[in-house]
Amino acid sequence: MSLLKDTRALMRRDQVFDFMLPPPDFEQPVDLSHGPILYLEDVSVSFDGFRALNRLNLAVDAGELRCIIGPNGAGKTTMMDAITGKTRADEGQIYFGQRIDLQKLSEYQIARGGIGRKFQKPTVFEALGVFENLELSLASDKSTWASLGFRLRPDQRDRMDEVLQLIGLGTQRDRQAGTLSHGQKQWLEIGMLLMQNPMVLLVDEPVAGMTAEETERTAELLTSLAGRHTVIVVEHDMAFVRSIARRVTVLHQGSVLAEGSMDRVSSDPRVIEVYLGEET
Amino acid sequence: MLTRLLLSDRGGLIILALLTALIIYVPIGNLLLPADSPLHVSTFTVTLLGKFLCFALLALAIDLIWGYAGILSLGHGAFFGLGGYVMGMYLTRQIGDRGVYGHPELPDFMVFMNYDSLPWYWQGFDQFWFALLMVMLVPGLLALVFGWMAFRSRVSGVYFAIITQALVFALMLAFFRNEMGFGGNNGLTDFKDILGFDITARQTRVTLFVISGVCLIGAYLMCRFIITSRFGRVLVAIRDAESRTRFAGYQVESYKLWLFVFSAMLAGIAGALYVPQVGIINPGEFSPIASIEAVLWVAVGGRGSLFGAIIGAFSVNGAKTWFTTVYPEVWLFALGTLFVLVTLFLPRGIAGIFRTLGQWTSRKPKGDEQ
Repeated sequence: MSLLKDTRALMRRDQVFDFMLPPPDFEQPVDLSHGPILYLEDVSVSFDGFRALNRLNLAVDAGELRCIIGPNGAGKTTMMDAITGKTRADEGQIYFGQRIDLQKLSEYQIARGGIGRKFQKPTVFEALGVFENLELSLASDKSTWASLGFRLRPDQRDRMDEVLQLIGLGTQRDRQAGTLSHGQKQWLEIGMLLMQNPMVLLVDEPVAGMTAEETERTAELLTSLAGRHTVIVVEHDMAFVRSIARRVTVLHQGSVLAEGSMDRVSSDPRVIEVYLGEET
Repeated sequence: MLTRLLLSDRGGLIILALLTALIIYVPIGNLLLPADSPLHVSTFTVTLLGKFLCFALLALAIDLIWGYAGILSLGHGAFFGLGGYVMGMYLTRQIGDRGVYGHPELPDFMVFMNYDSLPWYWQGFDQFWFALLMVMLVPGLLALVFGWMAFRSRVSGVYFAIITQALVFALMLAFFRNEMGFGGNNGLTDFKDILGFDITARQTRVTLFVISGVCLIGAYLMCRFIITSRFGRVLVAIRDAESRTRFAGYQVESYKLWLFVFSAMLAGIAGALYVPQVGIINPGEFSPIASIEAVLWVAVGGRGSLFGAIIGAFSVNGAKTWFTTVYPEVWLFALGTLFVLVTLFLPRGIAGIFRTLGQWTSRKPKGDEQ
């Protein structure tokens, strides 16, 4: 079966043979010559016969702020799992830039390579302080021996203070992360992503459980990040999506139902039927 | 750097001070004070305390992986036992032709079983440096292979605990077999001397005690170094949110493996120090119960504080010695009761009391912390 697949892959005329591709090299800048920084083609993922992703196609340009919406079970989180290496796609291709095949890399390599991810449920290291949470996420040599002798350089310390200000936790730096409020944990996790210095930020439901004011500040934060980083936001809160989105992708049953500006998408009859109809 | 390690850790500082006092006092009390002096320390007590020091080192090794990385190993007796066997092999080779059968090279049990020559895996153990190397390498290698397979398959929690039990049980069965060439049921014993010193002599006993104490202090400082470095914070991160750690760019498996191997080496050293002091190593060290008991010491002393493990090893074993001499039949009930009480009232063990007290005294004046 896999031999047949390999042979077929060799016969394809539209792409270079896989074995001729150079190994992923994160020292080189990611090749963005054709626009997209993240490119998913015909990606399918099944769990026990249930197709969570069904020939999903998605291309996200560098510096874009993309919102992904869809009803429960549309495959939003599975898509993030597939991109970050947590789940392997059964079929299809996932590329980071032009050259880096994400399916060949494991989670930590993808994370080091520049794709950061925020979980749906805010996940911070609760037993550690806010500052230590950021320190752990800091982009640096993360091998075992390097960690034993690790010392913060002054420029890294400055960067951490900068991020602390950005996420509004400047006065909380020594507080234990477990004692932060829900909204503060969400911000801390975004801050941890920023410390990784990622090119792509995958943000899963950043405003779930936030007050209106916190939501507004989060919207500001994410919009300010776009441009320098590529930001992909999965969110249920339509008002929030409307306030930040430039381009929206609607997922339904594991594939893309519609894509475009918020106004165009929300007037699409199919979208209204599966998703927006329920809410309004 | 040493100050960084010590200052942040008051409980540990107290324990280290007590250990140092013990290391200084016991040799004086045993060798210099006359036997009828009330401050005299009997040789029996020296050996007993020496044994406790080895147990404390084992408990430290377990606390490092369980308390900080959340890896519960119910099979650390495997590494302790292997370290012990390696030392036992060296000591057996030192017997030379003084065995019952007087064979110049083969240990008694091999002569008894009609061996013609020394098996290949017994070669080199007449050299002390080689044995010392193996004390760390053998447990380390087993931990490396075992841990690599377990962590790579992302086995964790209860499942990991169960397979470590299986590991130690398998080793026990293997070492019980005479064909293994490690003395079977009887193990290795009748040691005569170590590095030319008579193993039963008072001075040797005291020296072994002091070495055990120094090793424990050294190991404690190394563990402190690890957990106060970023490595230690990565471990806590793995314990509390493993996949978050992965997505922060850490290769979780290699951290776990590194620590597991380090911990196994500490356990191996503990075993190697234990054997010359008790004078015997047999497959009983690999019994699953022994490994579980060692985890109990850590639980009683207080998981995740390092010095708590030392307190736990001393207090539980102290109680065991007292009970088994005074009321032998009550000991297991006492152990059970102790465990229930600790679980109910002291979830953070004896060290937890210190910590609560410390927080009381240091927090009260400030008053503004929540």
